[in-house]
Amino acid sequence: MKMRKWNFRLCGNYHESYSEELTIFETYFGRFWLLVGAIFMLVFVPLVSSSYALYIITNIIIYAIAVIGLNVLTGFTGQISLGHGAFFGVGAYTAAIVAARFGSPFIFSVLAGGVVTAMVGLVFGLPSSRLKGLYLAIATLAGQFIIEYVLVHWESLTMGTMGITLPRATILGWELNEDRKFYLVALVFFFLFLWMAVNIMRTKYGRAFIAIRDNDRAAEGMGIPIFPYKLLSFALSSFYAGVAGALWAYFTVTITSEPFNLGLSVEFIAMVIIGGMGNMSGAIFGTVFISLLNEGLRFMADMLINARIFTQTALTMAPLKEFVFGLAIVLFILFEPRGLAEVWRIVRSNFRLWPFSY
Amino acid sequence: MEFFFQLLINGLSIGFLYGISAMGFVMIYKSSSVLNFAHGELLAMGAYIFLALLIWFKIPVIPAFVVTLAVCFSFGFLVERVFLRPLIGEPLIFVIMLTIGLASMLKGAILLLWGGNLYTYPDFIPHFLTIHLGGIDIQPVYNVSFLLGIGFLLIFGLFFKYTSQGIFMRSVADNQRAALSLGVHVRKIFALSWAIAALVAGMSGVILGVLNGINVHELSALGLKVFPVVILGGLDSIAGAIVGGVIIGLLESFTGGYLSPSLRDVVPYIILVCILMVKPYGLFGQVEIERV
Repeated sequence: MKMRKWNFRLCGNYHESYSEELTIFETYFGRFWLLVGAIFMLVFVPLVSSSYALYIITNIIIYAIAVIGLNVLTGFTGQISLGHGAFFGVGAYTAAIVAARFGSPFIFSVLAGGVVTAMVGLVFGLPSSRLKGLYLAIATLAGQFIIEYVLVHWESLTMGTMGITLPRATILGWELNEDRKFYLVALVFFFLFLWMAVNIMRTKYGRAFIAIRDNDRAAEGMGIPIFPYKLLSFALSSFYAGVAGALWAYFTVTITSEPFNLGLSVEFIAMVIIGGMGNMSGAIFGTVFISLLNEGLRFMADMLINARIFTQTALTMAPLKEFVFGLAIVLFILFEPRGLAEVWRIVRSNFRLWPFSY
Repeated sequence: MEFFFQLLINGLSIGFLYGISAMGFVMIYKSSSVLNFAHGELLAMGAYIFLALLIWFKIPVIPAFVVTLAVCFSFGFLVERVFLRPLIGEPLIFVIMLTIGLASMLKGAILLLWGGNLYTYPDFIPHFLTIHLGGIDIQPVYNVSFLLGIGFLLIFGLFFKYTSQGIFMRSVADNQRAALSLGVHVRKIFALSWAIAALVAGMSGVILGVLNGINVHELSALGLKVFPVVILGGLDSIAGAIVGGVIIGLLESFTGGYLSPSLRDVVPYIILVCILMVKPYGLFGQVEIERV
């Protein structure tokens, strides 16, 4: 195997073995920049950012975990889930119930959130994964409504509309009593789950997912059992949503069933599409883009209220958000279906040979 | 017993409306195999356009209804031309995602224009249409919707059976490539089916508005209720849509009456999951089970 060196990226494809083809970082520069980025996120960001900025960044990180999961399902396996908002909620409620009722430790309740959500996901994935076509979209839509109903009406377990308050998270005696500490923990989870997803996609499972997306008949012909793999992909993606939901529950402290509606599911899908389907960095781009768009719209609405241009702006803020969301999805599908990740790739490849691009 | 009959009639009429609104959905699915997640917003659009014509422009009822249908028809045409035509030949997942985006966009636009309040139409349905049936009054709205539904069903039945455009639409639904090679203008047929679907959606939106009042949240939720209906009836069967709609409507009405009102809205989705497990192609859908 050729040594990777501190040299620039080669201008062509000179791979000599499959393992070279699969490397995540072709040169050491990739690892170096990842390290720089990680240190920046771990050290610099919590020191510098205000508590509001930190709140937004933590939210983005938690959502990104769920979106990475949804991307495995939608981007890599080619199935749509319209229930990820509710699955996120299942994770949140599981963690909340386990933590508030039984006082389970933080790590355990987060993982429980993931596992329970994966199982709930399987219930809705089972009927549809058997079938050809996009039946999963319909089944998960049903799942969204059924789960929402259960969250509101199973009062002995979920406290209905009152909501559940979680105890403060502690890891091995280290109390996460500050937003900054929680941010660090969420970041660790994020890197862990990103690393997991990237590596799953490099195994036979990941390749099977991609094969199913590209041509299910050919995949079946090559000996990939499609039903178990579709189900696996769906369970994996529900697991991610559940873990993210559990983290979010700890972050928000008190949860009610309200946020986990169809709107959240559509928001997750928008993040996947706008970021770029079938691209890990796309999930992150999409989450950042949509979250910042949300904040931008809120900021604009606040400004308009202060300027007294519209007295009703506070009322029209939600529909405006809805409209802009839809518009963003539609425009990206029409003009850049591979999303922001593709834009980023184009920009980067333009600079790769700069200034001698020919 | 009277309660039972009230529920029965209520369920039948609501179910019939579900059936009518599902017809547009099935039409799009049949000709282009697109699951249209924006169907509820198309319903809402019809209802709001009719409202605007009646109240803002003070147009009498019948011309307003005709204008509404015309606007919906051209809107469907426009949607196909602007948003869906560029995606012909792209993977289906993009098209479905696009309808999700479109739904969000339309809902936002309607909310911006009209807000989320509940509106009602001025009372315009003649009262002599009320039917007294052994102590139960059947509201005139239900009768009118029933008549309209039957009328449209007949018109579409004849349209698909005898007109050339209808036959083209069936051929495209059956096999796109074969239709193309026999000289059917497939793109035109797509546009036409979207236009007709939007027209049907607009009409059922108006009826729903008369029945329940007009609220964009409720109407778009109703658009999603099309899914249980069409899965039950069979995704590609128009008659199945009506039967599925009636069954779902009855189940909803009885659950709401006898079990609990809050369960009412979830029952269709529970049925949906069960149907997917047992009989995924529905009652009348074409069985092409291919388990890959």
